[in-house]
Amino acid sequence: MNASSGEVGWLALGYAQMSLLAVGGVSAVLPEMQRLVVTRHAWMGGPEFAALFALAQMAPGPNMLVATLVGWRVAGLPGALAATLGMIGPSSLLTWATAGAWHRFRERPWRRRVQAGLVPVTVGLIMAGAALLVASTSTGLLTSAITLAVTLAVLGTRLHPLALLAGGAATGILFDAG
Amino acid sequence: MSIIPADTLRPTSRALFLAFLTASVVAFGGALPMVRRMIVERRRWLTAAEFTELLALCQFLPGPNAVNLTVAMGARFRGAPGALAALAGLLAAPMAIAIGLGSAYARYGELPLVHRAFAGLAAAAAGLILATACKIAWPLRNRPVDVAVAAVAFTAIALIRLPLLPTMLALVPIGIALQRRRAA
Repeated sequence: MNASSGEVGWLALGYAQMSLLAVGGVSAVLPEMQRLVVTRHAWMGGPEFAALFALAQMAPGPNMLVATLVGWRVAGLPGALAATLGMIGPSSLLTWATAGAWHRFRERPWRRRVQAGLVPVTVGLIMAGAALLVASTSTGLLTSAITLAVTLAVLGTRLHPLALLAGGAATGILFDAG
Repeated sequence: MSIIPADTLRPTSRALFLAFLTASVVAFGGALPMVRRMIVERRRWLTAAEFTELLALCQFLPGPNAVNLTVAMGARFRGAPGALAALAGLLAAPMAIAIGLGSAYARYGELPLVHRAFAGLAAAAAGLILATACKIAWPLRNRPVDVAVAAVAFTAIALIRLPLLPTMLALVPIGIALQRRRAA
C-alpha cells in the first residue's frame, strides 16, 4: 500500500465533489463512490468495496467512515486523510456559512419547498445505493437470504444493528458464504 | 442565532471536544441518536426544539448529516475553533477504529474463515441500508409525483449508471418545481 500523490489528489477531488452532492447524507453518494472507486479508477472490485462499507458500518461514529476506509485502502494514511477531509470539508464550510441564514429564513415558504423537493431525489439516490450494494454482496442464495433477513429484521423488530451485523457474519461462517 | 446563551452556559471548545468524543465511541449504527442524547438530554446545551431545527438544516445541506450537525453546534457556541474541536471529537476515535478494522481485514481477509465472515457481514450491511431506504421511501407512497422523481433518480444512477453531478443538476430543479406547483 504505497501512497502515490496522484491517487491522493484524485481521492481528495472525488470526495470533495461528493461532499457537495451528498444531499440526504453519505448514503446518497454510495453509487457515485462505487462508480469512482470501482469503475473509473479501478482501485478495487465491487465485493471489496462492499466489504469496506460493511467494515465502516461496524465501527462506531458517523457513516462517512466508508470514505476514510476507501482512502486508506487506496493510499494508506494520506489517502484516508484526503478522502475524509474531502468528504467533510466542503459540506462543513457550507454548514458553517449558512447556519445563521437558515435560521432567519425558517418561516419562508421557499425553504419548505426546496426542502420538500429534495426528498424524492434523495430517496431515489439512497435506493440506488442500496440496490448497487445488494448487487455486489449477493454472491449466492445464502448472502441474498442474509440481506433479506436483515432488512426484514430492521423493519419489523427492535434488534440492534450491531447484533444483526454479527448475525450476518456468524451465518456466513456457519454456512460457508465464501 | 436567536438567543445567545450566557457565557457560563456556553460549553468551551474542550468541553465540546470531550462531549463529541464520548458520544462518538458508543454511537453504533449512525452517530445522530447518541449525539442528540449527549447534547439535549445529558449536557442540556440545546433544547429538543433547537436541536430539531438545527438537524433540519443539517439534513437539508449536502454532506454527512452528523458531521454537519457537529460543525453547526461547535460554531454556534465557540465559532470556528469550537467547530473544529467538536469535529475532532466526533471523528478521532471512529477513524482510528475503522482503520484498525481495515488493517485486520487487509491482513486476515484472505483466510477462508474470515472471507466467509465478511461475505455474511457485507450482506448484512447491505440489508441495513436497504431497510433504511425502505423507511425513508415509505412516506412518499401516496404522492405519485414524488414516486416518479425518485424512480427517475433510481433509474439514472442504479440502472443507467449516470454520474451523479449531471443527474442532480437535471433532477433537483424538477423536484423543486413540482413541489411549487403542488403548493400553489
